[in-house]
Amino acid sequence: MTPLGLFQIVLYFALILAAAKPMGAFMANVFEGKRTFLHPALRWLETLTYRVCGVREDAEQRWTEYTASLLSFSVFGFLLTYLLQRAQAMLPWNPQGLGAVSPDLSFNTAVSFVTNTNWQAYSGESTMSYLVQMAALTVQNFASAAAGIAIAIALVRGFARQEQKTIGNFWVDVTRATVYVLLPLSFVAALVFCSQGVVQNLSPYTSAVTVEGAKQAIAQGPVASQEAIKELGTNGGGFFNANSSHPFENPTPFTNLFQMFLIFLIPGGLTYTFGRMVKDTRQGWAIFAAFSVMFLAGVFVLYHFEQSGNPILGNLGIERHATAAQAGGNMEGKEVRFGIANSALFATITTDASCGAVNSMHDSFTPIAGLVPLFNIMTGEVIFGGVGAGLYGILLYCIIAVFIAGLMVGRTPEYLGKKIEQKEVKMAMLAIIATAASILVFAGISLAANFAEKGYWNAPGAAIANLNNNGPHGFAEMLYAYVSATGNNGSAFAGINANTPWFNLTLGLAMLIGRFLFLIPLLAAAGSLAAKKRLPVTAGTFPTHGPLFVGLLVGTVVIVGALTFFPALSLGPVVEHFLMNSGRLWS
Amino acid sequence: MATVTTAPASNPEPRQDPSQLLPSKLAHSRPLFDPQIVRRAVIESLRKLNPVTLAKNPVMFVVEIGAALTTVFLFSDFSGFTLQIAIWLWFTVVFANFAEAMAEARGKAQADTLRKTKTDSLAHRIGRNGALEDVPSSALRSGDIVICEAGEIIPGDGEVVEGIATVDESVITGESAPVIRESGGDRSAVTGGTKVLSDHIRIQITSNPGETFLDRMIALVEGAERQKTPNEIALNILIVGLTLIFLLAVVTLHPFASFSVKQAGAGQAPSVAVLVSLLVCLIPTTIGGLLSAIGIAGMDRVMQHNVLAMSGKAVEAAGDVNSLLLDKTGTITLGNRQAVEFITADGVSEQDLADAAQLSSLADETPEGRSVVVLAKEKYGLRGRHIPEHEATFIPFSAYTRMSGVDFQGRQLRKGATEAIVRFVVERGGRAPSNFQELSDRISRNGGTPLAVADGGRLLGLIHLKDIVKGGMRDRIAQLRRMGIRTVMITGDNPLTAAAIASEAGVDDFLAQATPKDKLEYIKREQAAGRLVAMTGDGTNDAPALAQADVGLAMNTGTMAAKEAGNMVDLDSNPTKLIEVVAIGKQLLITRGALTTFSIANDVAKYFAIIPAMFMATYPELGLLNIMGLHTPQSAVLAAVIFNALIIIALVPLALRGVKYRPLDAAGLLRRNLLIYGVGGLLAPFPGIWVIDQLLTLLHLA
Repeated sequence: MTPLGLFQIVLYFALILAAAKPMGAFMANVFEGKRTFLHPALRWLETLTYRVCGVREDAEQRWTEYTASLLSFSVFGFLLTYLLQRAQAMLPWNPQGLGAVSPDLSFNTAVSFVTNTNWQAYSGESTMSYLVQMAALTVQNFASAAAGIAIAIALVRGFARQEQKTIGNFWVDVTRATVYVLLPLSFVAALVFCSQGVVQNLSPYTSAVTVEGAKQAIAQGPVASQEAIKELGTNGGGFFNANSSHPFENPTPFTNLFQMFLIFLIPGGLTYTFGRMVKDTRQGWAIFAAFSVMFLAGVFVLYHFEQSGNPILGNLGIERHATAAQAGGNMEGKEVRFGIANSALFATITTDASCGAVNSMHDSFTPIAGLVPLFNIMTGEVIFGGVGAGLYGILLYCIIAVFIAGLMVGRTPEYLGKKIEQKEVKMAMLAIIATAASILVFAGISLAANFAEKGYWNAPGAAIANLNNNGPHGFAEMLYAYVSATGNNGSAFAGINANTPWFNLTLGLAMLIGRFLFLIPLLAAAGSLAAKKRLPVTAGTFPTHGPLFVGLLVGTVVIVGALTFFPALSLGPVVEHFLMNSGRLWS
Repeated sequence: MATVTTAPASNPEPRQDPSQLLPSKLAHSRPLFDPQIVRRAVIESLRKLNPVTLAKNPVMFVVEIGAALTTVFLFSDFSGFTLQIAIWLWFTVVFANFAEAMAEARGKAQADTLRKTKTDSLAHRIGRNGALEDVPSSALRSGDIVICEAGEIIPGDGEVVEGIATVDESVITGESAPVIRESGGDRSAVTGGTKVLSDHIRIQITSNPGETFLDRMIALVEGAERQKTPNEIALNILIVGLTLIFLLAVVTLHPFASFSVKQAGAGQAPSVAVLVSLLVCLIPTTIGGLLSAIGIAGMDRVMQHNVLAMSGKAVEAAGDVNSLLLDKTGTITLGNRQAVEFITADGVSEQDLADAAQLSSLADETPEGRSVVVLAKEKYGLRGRHIPEHEATFIPFSAYTRMSGVDFQGRQLRKGATEAIVRFVVERGGRAPSNFQELSDRISRNGGTPLAVADGGRLLGLIHLKDIVKGGMRDRIAQLRRMGIRTVMITGDNPLTAAAIASEAGVDDFLAQATPKDKLEYIKREQAAGRLVAMTGDGTNDAPALAQADVGLAMNTGTMAAKEAGNMVDLDSNPTKLIEVVAIGKQLLITRGALTTFSIANDVAKYFAIIPAMFMATYPELGLLNIMGLHTPQSAVLAAVIFNALIIIALVPLALRGVKYRPLDAAGLLRRNLLIYGVGGLLAPFPGIWVIDQLLTLLHLA
């Protein structure tokens, strides 16, 4: 690890820390319906939306109605995204004349963007027209992010309210998240990106002749506008296949820092929003602290192993240490303009949050460095996490941590004055079981699956033939795909050809399970929590704001996360690491 | 010739060690491993292997299926290793059954004792025509009137409607001293099965056969009506959820392993026995096996404190209580006021006042009167004197004169209410000093009761009678506050007096001049603010409040109405026990949490034992995870399974006795318990598994 690298990591963390309170306070005001400095400029848009959509701003919803609204919103988004892809050839803004997207890929992509996963089994520049990129994908980037925030806010209301039947209004929450939070920030961010050289046009691809005389098509498009929400909404679906390592998406070290900043901006702020809404900001800071501990641990582990590089190369006498002339460590799959520290930082951030944008190839990381992103997603992305998803995910872990350890203070466990009882435990366990099952079962089936000759689902033979690598690394590639899909992350370890009907379907299902079977139980818990009395805090109350609780929470995330996946991880990156150290390689 | 002698004032209750809310030794406790109980439990734990019974405990049910599966595979592919795994898996189930059976057996043994006392006695019922008829007690119905003579067993639960008698209730309470039961008032309830020792009483039966207090008590201690408590159900959901997750992790390990084996071209996919071993080690068998035992034992512990809890829910609620409503008299203060100070009027020597106070109280048999004599003796060295009765005329207290005293050797000694004594003095030509009323008022303001003393026309001074807060009570209340529990003193005193005692005892709040309705209102108000309330009561007019409270501890001496309204009955009728009940409730919840945390934390070490063992042949490099240095893959798996089984049996005493409870605040308790059961649970299996592995290798078992 180099001093400059460490400095950049610390600088980044300082920026997120500094932004948490103002961002969080602003969002608290937005969702509590208070006036903010943006109201004079944007209130008309909010009221116009309500009028056009027939939403009553003051109407409250029970958790069931809230969930139904969310589901209908998502189904509509899915259909729109699916149909636009299928009809792409007939629609305008398609200068390259790209044909209709295949049904299975359209399904996968539509699910992917509606669930805020943004797993991409396609290359943007060779598959999607400008219209689809803008009207289907970018729109869903906003919609899925706004829905995520809305759900988190609804769950927070469950804790903040007492003896109430309702948890807010989904349509109002989504509108406010979009109008006051996502739109203005994306607008500013897009301009910043343009200023740094990110392209924003509707032109056909530029033809160029390289120095060697080869012909090259340079892809163009409305990139900056999609780039902003891609990071801000922790979506991560790149305009181009190369995602944030593409110079038109992420041209400079500054845009790199800015992109990372945008990813954690809302998740970090939401911890403060949470504290404000439950009227005890210490609670929000405790969660922020737990996030930070896990985030920094991940960054430093990843950075350490990437900077250490591959010992096998070291044994061959290749210099692995950073010098003035070279980066040292493992530079495979990394952009030279970002280097090891910023690639490590980006990889940690994008998998902590359910973003999935990448600026380096995770597949090329050293084994333990590759384990970090995998583990981050396996925890359920509760290290800052996706917009909204991170907060509701960590609140689920809070419920479990409080329930397991809370009994040890000799009272029925309570969190924020709400008793944690059957219903909450049941819902939290349902969410965890659903996601664990999705990852393990789909990965297990795909590792064992064998396809028939001339079948529709996949090329004949074993599904593992779709992997680029053998051995533990191939295993990790398969695992990562389902972890990423279930976790709604969308980043690719890569090294797997996932654009076949089989993978498109199963990964699509994994994304649906990971999104909806996770958040519906939580909304049910929100409904039950909102109906409860808030108990007064006494000396006998389990304290949930000190270092002890932060430690307990981190322990619960790591143990519950690790215990489920430890066997799988030990057959993947862990054993690969040991093999690498003993000099054994796989093709 | 009768003489009046001084009697010692009632001793304050023996002071408890203030660091302990729960007394270490109990009058009714039984040894943890009574041979008879153990024998019974062993048999019962084998009988509980029946899958139909075991299905109620999903975690152990999964273990049993795993054990059965391993046993079946033994027939097709026998090996000493698989045999040992199978044996230990069966032991795991039996050990968990044993824990539950132990807890139940203790209750059943007690139920048997109670049942023996439930003999069918003969009742003298007053028939419709008014004539006495002898019927078996089982023929009695609610509403019947019976007559009970000295030496007879009371045939059923009822209320004394006529007469007064001493009754031996040792059957129920274990206390051999007889108690008085009389018609009217709050001591009218009698319990079937108890014995009349003197006099005869007329009883109106209030329960039908099979529904008596004794029947209910037997059912409760036996656990026949045991239902899972809300918290237990929630915990069950958690551990069943974890079991499902680990089931998924282990089942999918098969394709993962097959893939790895194929790729590495070495080793083989783990056998069913090994996969089952991994599963059993990972699922929370420790808490799964001990959960019901903890609940039953919690009820049993309440029972050992001679409190009968009507449901496990009530015990659990006791742990959650935020506010304790304590009756002042008998709970916070000793039952009676005591003289603590003599305050002389101007120009009177203290010796004179003490002398007069003592003489005037010699015939006063009330505890207050005795305490005056004791104070005079202790403070002024005045020994108790014998006054020949014929030389003195004792003037008893009457509500009309509001004073008492003695005419002795020409002196007219009186003590009584200040106004009454002043009038007495003035009538005899005396005069009260100008500041006398002021002195008297000051005592009132401090929560005391002033008694003026006069010798004829001479006003001597005042006796300060005071409510004495029980020894150690202040400490216990402070402890409760540290635990986050508010104490509220309930008293019939005026607010001034109440405030003074409240501040002396250190309670958080008080309810003065409290009527039963006030109590009820107070409880409702607390509950509306989200607090759980516990209270004690004995009178019929307490019944609504007892029913409203989350924990209502009724006194056994109280009326049937009170006992039915509360959800616990204290057979010793000691209202202070409410504090102990709260401590037991907390201890119950802590024990559950501690063992859950321990159980989950244990898994980490087991992974390190089993995973490298499983894939040793496929990826020898994974041997680096074998940080315990276990000898062979077989010994490692076996050691983990054996540890997993033995830890259940090792924790049975803890489950039955409950973890040591300390009255700390929540943060302190959490830190302590997290360290012991969380960090301890993380570390303990490492040396444990290592030792078992060493032994297995030494004995050539693996």
